[in-house]
Amino acid sequence: MKFTLSWLKEHLETDAALDDILYALTDLGLEVEEVSNPADRLSGFRIGKVTAAEQHPDADKLRVCKVSTDQGELQIICGAPNARVGITVVVATPGTYVPGIDTTIGVGKIRGVESFGMMCSEREMELSDEHDGIIELPSGEVGQSFVDYLAENDPSKVDTVIDIAITPNRPDALGVRGIARDLAARGLGALKPYPVEPVMGQFPCPISVTIDEDTKEQCPVFFGRVIRGVKNGSSPAWLQDRLKAIGLRPISALVDITNFFTYDNNRPLHVFDADKVEDSALRVHRATGGEVFAALDDKEYTLSEGMTVISDGAGVESLGGIMGGLHSGCSESTTSVFLEAAFFETVRTAYTGRALKINSDARYRFERGIDPAWTPIGVEAATAMILDLCGGEASEVVMAGAMPDHARAYRLNTDRIQSLVGMEIPEATQRQSLTALGFVLDGKMAHVPSWRPDVLGEADLVEEVARIASLTKLRGKPLPRVLPGVPKPILSPVQKREQAARRAGAALGFHECVSYSFIDQAAAALFGAGSDATRLENPISADMSHMRPDLLPGLLAAARRNQARGFVDLALFEIGPVFRGGEPEEQDFQIAGLLIGRSAPKDVHASDRDVDLFDVKADALAILAAIGAPAKTQIRRGAAPWWHPGRHGQICLGPKRTLAVFGELHPKILAAFDIKGPAVAFTISPNEVPLPRNSPATRPALELKDLQAVERDFAFVVDHKTEAMDLANAAQGADKMLITDVRVFDEFVGGSLGVDRKSIAIRVRLQPIEVTLTDAEIEAVGSKIVAKVTSATGGALRV
Amino acid sequence: MDGLREKYIAAIAAAQDESALEETRLAAVGKKGEVSLKLRELGNMTPEERQVAGPALNALKEELNSALMARKAALADAALDERLRTEWLDVTLPARDQRRGTIHPISQVTEEVIAIFADMGFGVAEGPRIDTDWYNFDALNIPEHHPARAEMDTFYMHRAEGDDRPPHVLRTHTSPVQIRTMEKTGAPVRVICPGGVYRADYDQTHTPMFHQVEGLAIDKDISMANLKWVLEEFVKAYFEVEDVELRFRASHFPFTEPSAEVDIRCSWAGGQLKVGEGDDWLEILGSGMVHPKVLQAGGIDPEQWQGFAFGMGIDRIAMLKYGIPDLRAFFDSDLRWLRHYGFSSLDQPNLHGGLS
Repeated sequence: MKFTLSWLKEHLETDAALDDILYALTDLGLEVEEVSNPADRLSGFRIGKVTAAEQHPDADKLRVCKVSTDQGELQIICGAPNARVGITVVVATPGTYVPGIDTTIGVGKIRGVESFGMMCSEREMELSDEHDGIIELPSGEVGQSFVDYLAENDPSKVDTVIDIAITPNRPDALGVRGIARDLAARGLGALKPYPVEPVMGQFPCPISVTIDEDTKEQCPVFFGRVIRGVKNGSSPAWLQDRLKAIGLRPISALVDITNFFTYDNNRPLHVFDADKVEDSALRVHRATGGEVFAALDDKEYTLSEGMTVISDGAGVESLGGIMGGLHSGCSESTTSVFLEAAFFETVRTAYTGRALKINSDARYRFERGIDPAWTPIGVEAATAMILDLCGGEASEVVMAGAMPDHARAYRLNTDRIQSLVGMEIPEATQRQSLTALGFVLDGKMAHVPSWRPDVLGEADLVEEVARIASLTKLRGKPLPRVLPGVPKPILSPVQKREQAARRAGAALGFHECVSYSFIDQAAAALFGAGSDATRLENPISADMSHMRPDLLPGLLAAARRNQARGFVDLALFEIGPVFRGGEPEEQDFQIAGLLIGRSAPKDVHASDRDVDLFDVKADALAILAAIGAPAKTQIRRGAAPWWHPGRHGQICLGPKRTLAVFGELHPKILAAFDIKGPAVAFTISPNEVPLPRNSPATRPALELKDLQAVERDFAFVVDHKTEAMDLANAAQGADKMLITDVRVFDEFVGGSLGVDRKSIAIRVRLQPIEVTLTDAEIEAVGSKIVAKVTSATGGALRV
Repeated sequence: MDGLREKYIAAIAAAQDESALEETRLAAVGKKGEVSLKLRELGNMTPEERQVAGPALNALKEELNSALMARKAALADAALDERLRTEWLDVTLPARDQRRGTIHPISQVTEEVIAIFADMGFGVAEGPRIDTDWYNFDALNIPEHHPARAEMDTFYMHRAEGDDRPPHVLRTHTSPVQIRTMEKTGAPVRVICPGGVYRADYDQTHTPMFHQVEGLAIDKDISMANLKWVLEEFVKAYFEVEDVELRFRASHFPFTEPSAEVDIRCSWAGGQLKVGEGDDWLEILGSGMVHPKVLQAGGIDPEQWQGFAFGMGIDRIAMLKYGIPDLRAFFDSDLRWLRHYGFSSLDQPNLHGGLS
């Protein structure tokens, strides 16, 4: 909401300094967003007088002028046709910045003659588009600041423009008067009276108005009248200046008047060309749907059932509370005007405006709520201005419907401010603040003024009192601990896990990423999703259209971006939500890591190599350990199709619970994401990891065996698809008491063993329990191991 | 005897390697060595002779043994010295690489915020990112026609044909977690709700996803003055300054009443933010007393309970504290950015050790 300081002072009698006004506005909740004053750009310009003007020796169109200035008589070369002796001008001396030509004036030679400044046109000072010649002032002293001159003679040109943000609850502050009322309540001046004298009708209104019975909720009341014999030319300079200052384009007197009341008192009006109203009758009704309406913005809109429209005999002429129609709009040839002041209800206006995507000043105000009580007064005030600026005579006022009942009152509990806000404000001050805002106090009851639709309860009264008193004065008061003493832990096991996983991932050398939760449909489809269930109705761009089913597509896209920047080897991870579907409960929590390229930069130790799935297997196991997953898990195949079919594993607890997947990504996935180099990844589903039991902090006693453990190595030749884990598990099963560890330490495929065969070597650790093992006993365990492994795998001991 | 001694001491000293030394040992004190043979002859001597010769021979044997040991050690040292002279590496060669990862600033700052509020008794609550419009709007006193809905640039989920429920939304703020928490725990309650939120907006200072932390405290006797204190304590702890001045400005949010925007005193001298000094004010959060209708929506009786709520941008306070210029870069996963602005895995924020 923009307004000028002088406009504000039409409503507020005040001596307050601008800074105090600005501070108060922000403090009252009318946050100042921008303050500008054209005068700031003009501070260097001063008034001068041309004392001589001679033809330039080398240029027909230039004159060599002598100009009296505050710096004495200066020689200035000027090309303006009106540069002549005796005129009072505006001078920019060297060093002055001229905004209209974006230049700082210097001393220069023009066609061989020195020039010590510039005489300016209005356009050069960005005062208007006028550029036919330099400014000729009717008065003014040599050396006087031009800004001071303007302030005295043409104050609107140096009027401070204030732009404030209006929160949705304050429609009253969408009029300058509402802003003035707040400032007056704060004590920054007195609200001036706003007398509106009714204009007597000279003849019956030739246009009748009706509101359909089913439309009276959307438009309870409508006032209007015809003013005939008007001349709709340009509005006067004061009105044009006001509108221009706040960024509105003056159009014609009638339109400018409606815009004036929109901003002056939050009272949108509409003017119809009365001669274009067919059948001299206007009907407010609900659109049946499908009507095509040509609006004042030169666009056509197709209406939906229920929208509030105003029609005449020929059809829809106006979209109530939003925009008038092109056909019946006022033009310069309008001589008879029908002025409308109606009350349109907020919800319907908001729906219609949103559906048709029309953002007008009227919609903005009606959907927030205008002052219903000012509806009939607005008609009179606007009539008076039309008669004043356009002449003519007014008809009687026609009215349809009935004034909506906005009366309500709430109990003012003056203790509530202390309990809710924590400020002590005397009862008298509270009552005074509310009265200044227009509340009528009747004992303990506060009657809400008609322009405050937002006040709907006792808490609102507290807010008003606190706002006027200033929350800046609020002093902090300690919030006691819930229980005295050392605070209790507050993280849930799941939250602790998330933090542990994150620290573990970074410790393992991964960089944590935070990617957008939405990805493109193709990427989602590659990861088994991308249906309409997770589609955004209004994505910000096509590549952010679906909620991600998995973290890997985001990491792959990040990897591609980094590779494009020349970073080929990458270790990225992310912890975040993924979406199975579009319902709130279809959100999971995932940890994912992506490893691409070489394990290390090329170095003298030859330690770099291509990353492989055993890297990510180790990382996945380390993070699982960090979040408290059991050490004993199974590895299965058969994960989702975006993994390499033969080179991935699922880390499982039992047949149904998959804690994590690791492995190479499918080559097609890597190609789709344009990833260079080997790429391996893991994903972890922390919610599948059983929560720790509520066991005491005490550890079980440590049992150390004094007897030396014995290690024996075995190698077996087996089919090449025999899995090492099955073999090791079989060996372990040979003697569950004695064998404490079985470690696979070698794998050899093919070669002399023949195709489809491989050798796997294991080291078995035997821990004697009470007595040292004899050679025979060790031999016996060895035989059992061989028997178990050969029966489990069909392989044979390698000899 | 003196001759023997001189002969072998000299031989030991002259031995240049272990085998020469071993030869000398055998010749002197070996089984058939000269000194050993002499010792064996003691038995043939008279007791008087033996009394003189015995100790002398034993002393000689001991002396030779320790001379042998000393020489052996000296030879070993010399051999080691010789070996070490050849063992030289260019230690300026690069070390074997160790990958170092980083924690994203959003995670780090979230943990900092949790650490501070945990000390004041606030738990951590979470909620879904896709939520119903009831939780995101209606329950927060933002009915369907409310202009705030339009202003929030809400992302809507697609609705299948025939599904007549209002479309779900990507939560536009963390406030729906307030409602879910109130429903679950009732009053009294103290929680913060950190997490990602979404608005359909993308420019220099807006991204379609960003992060907020919501705070909620409901009790019998809790006022806006308590809110101010909590925020003062938070800002001091978070920005790690001794003192800070907060300014509450009246504002409006549909879910609080009264509502206030909160500014902190700061200076931007030299382009660097200093919190707690200077003449500028920096808006960091919105807050207020929970609206009675919101309490009701959460199943809490507003006649019995009251409380405050606040919400601020995690990304924003991360940018302010750590001097990170561009919000968009948070979500770009540029390795250079992650390395520069990320945190070590060991920098776990806590209050006793300091947050940063």
